[in-house]
Amino acid sequence: MATLKELSKVEERFVGGHRLCAGCGHGITVRMILNAAEGSNVVVGCATGCLEVASTIYPYTAWRCSFIHNAFENAGATISGVEAAYRALKKKGKVKEDFKFIAFGGDGGTYDIGLQSLSGAMERGHNIVYVCLDNEAYMNTGIQRSSATPTGADTTTSPAGKVIPGKQQPRKDLTAIMAAHNIPYVAQTAINNWQDVHKKAKKALEVEGPAFINVLSPCPRGWRYNTPDIVEITKLAVETRFWPLFEVENGKWKLNYKPKKYVPIEEFLKPQGRFRHLFKPGNEHLIKAIQEEIDSRWLALLERCGETPELPPR
Amino acid sequence: MKTKVALTGNEAVAQAMKQINPDVVAAYPITPQTEIVQIFSSFVANGEVDTEFVAVESEHSAMSAAIGAAAGGARAMTATSSQGLALMFEVVYIAASMRLPIVFPVVNRALSGPINIHCDHSDAMGLRDSGVIQIFSENAQEAYDNMIQAVRIAEHPDVRLPVMVNMDGFITSHAMDVLEVLDDETVKNFVGTYVPDDYLLDAQNPISMGNFDMYDFYFEHKRQQVEAMKAAKEIIKEVGREFAKISGREYGLIEAYKLDDADVAVVVLNSAAGTAKGVADELRTKGIKAGVLKPRVYRPFPQEEIREALKAVKAVAVMDRAETFSTCGGPMFADIRNTLYDLKNDIKVVNYIYGLGGRDLRLEHVQQVFEDLENIRKTGRVDETVKYLGLRE
Repeated sequence: MATLKELSKVEERFVGGHRLCAGCGHGITVRMILNAAEGSNVVVGCATGCLEVASTIYPYTAWRCSFIHNAFENAGATISGVEAAYRALKKKGKVKEDFKFIAFGGDGGTYDIGLQSLSGAMERGHNIVYVCLDNEAYMNTGIQRSSATPTGADTTTSPAGKVIPGKQQPRKDLTAIMAAHNIPYVAQTAINNWQDVHKKAKKALEVEGPAFINVLSPCPRGWRYNTPDIVEITKLAVETRFWPLFEVENGKWKLNYKPKKYVPIEEFLKPQGRFRHLFKPGNEHLIKAIQEEIDSRWLALLERCGETPELPPR
Repeated sequence: MKTKVALTGNEAVAQAMKQINPDVVAAYPITPQTEIVQIFSSFVANGEVDTEFVAVESEHSAMSAAIGAAAGGARAMTATSSQGLALMFEVVYIAASMRLPIVFPVVNRALSGPINIHCDHSDAMGLRDSGVIQIFSENAQEAYDNMIQAVRIAEHPDVRLPVMVNMDGFITSHAMDVLEVLDDETVKNFVGTYVPDDYLLDAQNPISMGNFDMYDFYFEHKRQQVEAMKAAKEIIKEVGREFAKISGREYGLIEAYKLDDADVAVVVLNSAAGTAKGVADELRTKGIKAGVLKPRVYRPFPQEEIREALKAVKAVAVMDRAETFSTCGGPMFADIRNTLYDLKNDIKVVNYIYGLGGRDLRLEHVQQVFEDLENIRKTGRVDETVKYLGLRE
């Protein structure tokens, strides 16, 4: 595994000048993933969303590799078309070089509107890597709830009101859905752990066939935390088991990180404005319910990974 | 070498696709287009083409994958009908604006609701403003010929636009017809090799496509699409003349049938043009100077050619196999009337909506239309501008 120093010398393919917000998780994630593709030609596909609008404002581009944006819900289909073109043209000797294909989509473009397109692309077995940049809501349009938005979160379409305290439904488990496609590689990772991201991106790029990586990509505007604390907030997501790090390689589930002690979910929720209403007196039961959801999901995950289903020591 | 064969429209189109041998085909089944992808899949399975066939999970993904493939530098195709085209709607515009030469047959079928599987042109008309070139085919021969020419039109450096090749669902797609097919080598040489300008898989020259385009450039890009459409008119004719050399069949933007001395004329797309021509022949034996104008190309709209062809006609009936619900007639009616307005010669233009949802257009319906036109010509009076043919009212 390369050291951070070595990785810092890899030629960047997603470069400055893009207009992502300060402290946005997307830029960090994209650079980490592309870093792992060092030495390969890459075509990036991208769903409509923050990453696309901020990085390709005509006549500029922040991409030094080939890039295609088509629409919101079709990054999976689009990149599969490019990959099919590659196979056809390679066979005919019209393209000589080797290429890797990576698609990026936000949670809206992946969990929701693009799920069918993604599912189709995965089932068809294209040699592609799909990376979901999960910031848990439609941030580009102004923080609307998606099926990736966690229980209790205050968004503009699941507002914390007098009667309804934020989003009422639990998150969709997209990573498990992708694993159910029986593709060679599926992983969930987070940017606070660069080794984990790098390793998973490498594996995803190396397997023959489709791979999917779900990356927690915090949004300072939507989550409302202190912008410079992005790594800290991501770390809390992992330590509280809100966002476990795991991978599914050829059908085998493996937990990649086990927190040493039981960190209550409040630690992750408290620094974020989107959960502020949960801390009002009388709302203790809401936090308790969220904790229960996290604990039960954790136990189920441990079981899937062949580990003893137990909570970390308090 | 030319061979006479008996094929359905779908078989003829699949045959053309086989001879074109595209790099990528991404398609999804839908009645009445299904046979095309089915037959083409068997060509792939039997190694008769080199194509990468992408069996997508929807038409939206079919066009999306075709866009990805064409952007990658491949000759890409898809095929659809009706709801499938409606589902593609969003991405057809994107294919056009990205200037990707995707050729796709559309087997015309009514749009839901209510659900119906038979022919009308509401599917194609829904995309008339999308920026794709729309070619219509009277029969299996024309569908076959149009597919082959479409590749050259789409890929021409002055055009670089998607081309939709239409034919009537069931009427043309499923009916056995006798046509002349070219040999593989002739088609191969005619379509040539696709040489893209800029493409994703050019390792030396990476490119960003589908960029975010604001008020400072979007308008100019749209204008460039208009220029490409304008250029397409000449290219379509040029390709048509070249096609005549290998096939003996020449194609232009319109077909003017017995219009030179016509008093009355019907304007109609696709298979119904055959019916109208038959009726015109019959009426001419009775001394009625009847003619037919069949727009082969609907987008870009051949305004000058149509104006020239109809300038001496006294009364014209535009027959639309689609509704606009504007309450002012069908889509082609508006275009034709607009085209004739500048002649300032008091030409009477009326509209007939016919054949929605596969309702038969019978010879007597077209005879009725010509009779109405004759009355209008003689009296100079139009009682009803928009009428419905073969409808229980």
